[in-house]
Amino acid sequence: MTALDFTPAPGAAPFPRMVLAQAGAEIRAMLRNGEQLLLTMIIPVLLLAGFSLAPLVDVGGGTRVDFLVPGVLALAVMSTAFTGQAIATGFERRYGVLKRLGATPLSRAGLMLAKTSAVVAVEIIQAAVIVAVGLALGWRPHGSFLSAALLIVLGTAAFSGLGLLMAGTLRAEATLAGANLVYLVLLGAGGVVFPLSKFPQGVRPVLDALPISALTSGLRAVLAHGAALPLGPLAVLAAWAALSLGLVSRTFRWE
Amino acid sequence: MESPAVEIVDLVKRYGGRTAVDGLTLSAGRGAVTAVLGPNGAGKTSTVEICEGFRKADAGTVRVLGLAPTLPELRPRVGVMLQSGGVPPAMRCAEWLRLVSRFYAHPLDSGALLARLGLADHVRTPYRRLSGGQQQRLSLAAAVVGRPELVFLDEPTAGLDPQARHACWDLVGELRGSGVSVVLTTHHMDEAERLADHVVIIDRGRVVAEGSPASLTGAERQLRFRARPGLALEELLNALPAGSAAKESPAGHYIIEGQVGPELLATVTAWCAAEGVTADDLRIERRTLEDVFLELTGRELR
Repeated sequence: MTALDFTPAPGAAPFPRMVLAQAGAEIRAMLRNGEQLLLTMIIPVLLLAGFSLAPLVDVGGGTRVDFLVPGVLALAVMSTAFTGQAIATGFERRYGVLKRLGATPLSRAGLMLAKTSAVVAVEIIQAAVIVAVGLALGWRPHGSFLSAALLIVLGTAAFSGLGLLMAGTLRAEATLAGANLVYLVLLGAGGVVFPLSKFPQGVRPVLDALPISALTSGLRAVLAHGAALPLGPLAVLAAWAALSLGLVSRTFRWE
Repeated sequence: MESPAVEIVDLVKRYGGRTAVDGLTLSAGRGAVTAVLGPNGAGKTSTVEICEGFRKADAGTVRVLGLAPTLPELRPRVGVMLQSGGVPPAMRCAEWLRLVSRFYAHPLDSGALLARLGLADHVRTPYRRLSGGQQQRLSLAAAVVGRPELVFLDEPTAGLDPQARHACWDLVGELRGSGVSVVLTTHHMDEAERLADHVVIIDRGRVVAEGSPASLTGAERQLRFRARPGLALEELLNALPAGSAAKESPAGHYIIEGQVGPELLATVTAWCAAEGVTADDLRIERRTLEDVFLELTGRELR
């Protein structure tokens, strides 16, 4: 057995190494959790394949798959940045994990950076899977990759803010229930698979102001119609991000 | 002069209307094991969590290694074992320790540390499937893996079986031998007596006694027994050799001090027999910290 030398030799690891270690642990936790995989991978792919192959919804012009890929990409972002992150962080808070990590040299800023990196890494895997399935189903992408990436970054910021807002203030069980409910409502009412044009005119302004609608319509404008930079959706997402992250910084409880 | 590992002066902590820590003052020396001993609810965890930077004091001053407890520069220098939890339930045992070790510049080998604490067979076991004692040992490992100067252990042996308790005690002894300062809380007096250089007994948020285990318990032996309350001890004292002392503390618990030997024992049992009193739990022993606590507060430690 290796001899253990307990003689004090304190010191923090370099910041990037701490963040990488924590991000790696977060990614493994996300990919290992069955319910999270259902939410982040299986449901988006099933929706994409199912609604592309079967004529269940009238997408109003264009092919079904061209309409669905941007919507499902937005759903994938929401499932990881919002639903998955809210539930995981809520339970980490409840189990004292956030508290315990606070006693290590990893700062809170470092922990948040690690969480964000892990969310982005999982989103890249999701996007790769969705794009591959979409291409196999005959999807023909348009528009600028950078515009789509910018929408996804802002969408991730907005959904992370909303997820952490729940996780940092509510009980873990309430976060679990609430995050799933919000996911379902936004899946139905955010233009993911059902076009927003099918909803009554009266509720459109409300629906258009939702972060999911901004992300679906922005991605659709770029990827289906080749728009350069959809400023309206970008502005809506930026506003949600600023509002939610501002509230998080004020209300988040670590214990 | 080097500051103490922990210095607390007139600490007050309130939760709503309840005062958990009520003007507590204590000092923990460098390189020593300090045990904070007290019953549940005495304010042990509140005090330690203020030292760890998790909670804010309502009044008083706290210095850890000479610094304010919330300073980030303390984090690599101070190891922490929470009373419970702190680990994601799905995280594997070795994975957690390796993760924590990677936050430090010169960590111990996490595999060797797990083996040292008897967890080598559980490296792939998720935290939630570990027994309570195994979870405690993993938390202990995480507290020391970064090679800290000072370690806070909040009830480190709660829920451990005797074998694991001894493994934990050995580790604390080894930490002390390596020059690590240790502050631990416990409500086991045997743990405090065995491990600590300095024992601080607290009750209701205040220090009721402190010192080395020997100075607190005294060297003298005593005869103790239990019987119905209110015996006429003056009569007993008349029968005992001069210089003996007898007291009832608390009601029904009798302590006889003096030349404790066969003669004194015979006198006491004869007197009890003459009084028609059955003396239960009659024993001769050195005072324990439990006795000290009972005498100071009139209450049992547990």
